[in-house]
Amino acid sequence: MPDFSEIFSLQSILNYNGGCVVAMRGKNCVAIACDLRFGVQAQTISTDFERVFEVGPHLYIGLPGLATDTQTVFQRLQFRIKMYEMREGRRVKPRTLMAMVQNLLYERRFGPYFVEPVIAGLHPTTKEPYICALDLIGCECEPEDFVVSGTCSESLYGMCETTWREDMEPDDLFECISQSLVNAFDRDALSGWGAVVHVIEQDKVTTRYLKCRQD
Amino acid sequence: MSHLQSIMVQKSDDDKMHQLSSNLIMAVSGEAGDTTQFAEYIAKNIQLYKMRNGYELTPSAAVHFTRHTLATHLRSREPYFVNLLMGGFDPDSNTSELYYMDYLAASVPVKYYAFGYGGMFTLAVMDKDYRPNMNVDEAYELLKKCANEIKRRFIINLPKFRVRVISKDGIKELPYVVAEGEAA
Repeated sequence: MPDFSEIFSLQSILNYNGGCVVAMRGKNCVAIACDLRFGVQAQTISTDFERVFEVGPHLYIGLPGLATDTQTVFQRLQFRIKMYEMREGRRVKPRTLMAMVQNLLYERRFGPYFVEPVIAGLHPTTKEPYICALDLIGCECEPEDFVVSGTCSESLYGMCETTWREDMEPDDLFECISQSLVNAFDRDALSGWGAVVHVIEQDKVTTRYLKCRQD
Repeated sequence: MSHLQSIMVQKSDDDKMHQLSSNLIMAVSGEAGDTTQFAEYIAKNIQLYKMRNGYELTPSAAVHFTRHTLATHLRSREPYFVNLLMGGFDPDSNTSELYYMDYLAASVPVKYYAFGYGGMFTLAVMDKDYRPNMNVDEAYELLKKCANEIKRRFIINLPKFRVRVISKDGIKELPYVVAEGEAA
């Protein structure tokens, strides 16, 4: 067995670049948000590094963790999604995407990509909201309320537990996810420096960039 | 321009920049052998692309290729230990581009950056005085300030810095930046 203690220790590779992602379910809508910091340990290098990507009309994936693997996993995933869509002649569904990510990550079971993905989207026909989080080797978790991932996940859990309510409308959901994210990462030195929030509804997706403290 | 090995200065006119195409330069730091080996491999492959296809890679395409190469090697038996900055001018979109890439193959566009110990001194100088609309002379003055800061505060002697400007007219060499003022 490889030594996994380093991966889960406080100074692990997962915390090397910093960053976090959160997704929430609302009434006929979902929201996904991330911070914008790219750093190397304590040094901030860029503050426009988006780690949430659009992979379909109502489907987004966030890839917090080691920045190089954020980029590599997204590029490899995009390749697989495009191949799937050409072969099948239809867009990928949220659960299918989750299975693709699982397959991609578990292929590297003993030398993993250091990302902990979060998926948010609406089912293309039923419009059923979907959120999901995976660990770095692809073990999924599909709760009813919200999912968090990244360097300030502990603070995010606390914020989301207190602010999340059932059946929120898109505007309330935006406020809820924004406040949860911003107040969580303001307590974290490795994430913050701006945020992006995507609110996914049946007929539209609203993307907003939040102004945040720059320390 | 100093090539250091342990406490010795081996060379004082080293060129750490590699020309990748007519409007693209890569500055490399890291492990001694890896830097040259990797930079030459990338440079030759970008030249090969141009010969095969009859047109050059754009700066962002070249960065993607470099990142892919570095990322593939990262998870192999012999990873390259190289940090690099790629600067280029895209004649099609008429924009200048600068990319940061570390040895883990994380690449991000930046306005300015400095790797290693030098960065500890010069990043703060650039944070303070950098403006996005600087002309060549103003940028050159800022580089001088950085060199002066290194001379004043850094224990290691790094006397000379090579400067190149990449614009729509191609690559131009400017006079070396030589630090002035007192040392330590």
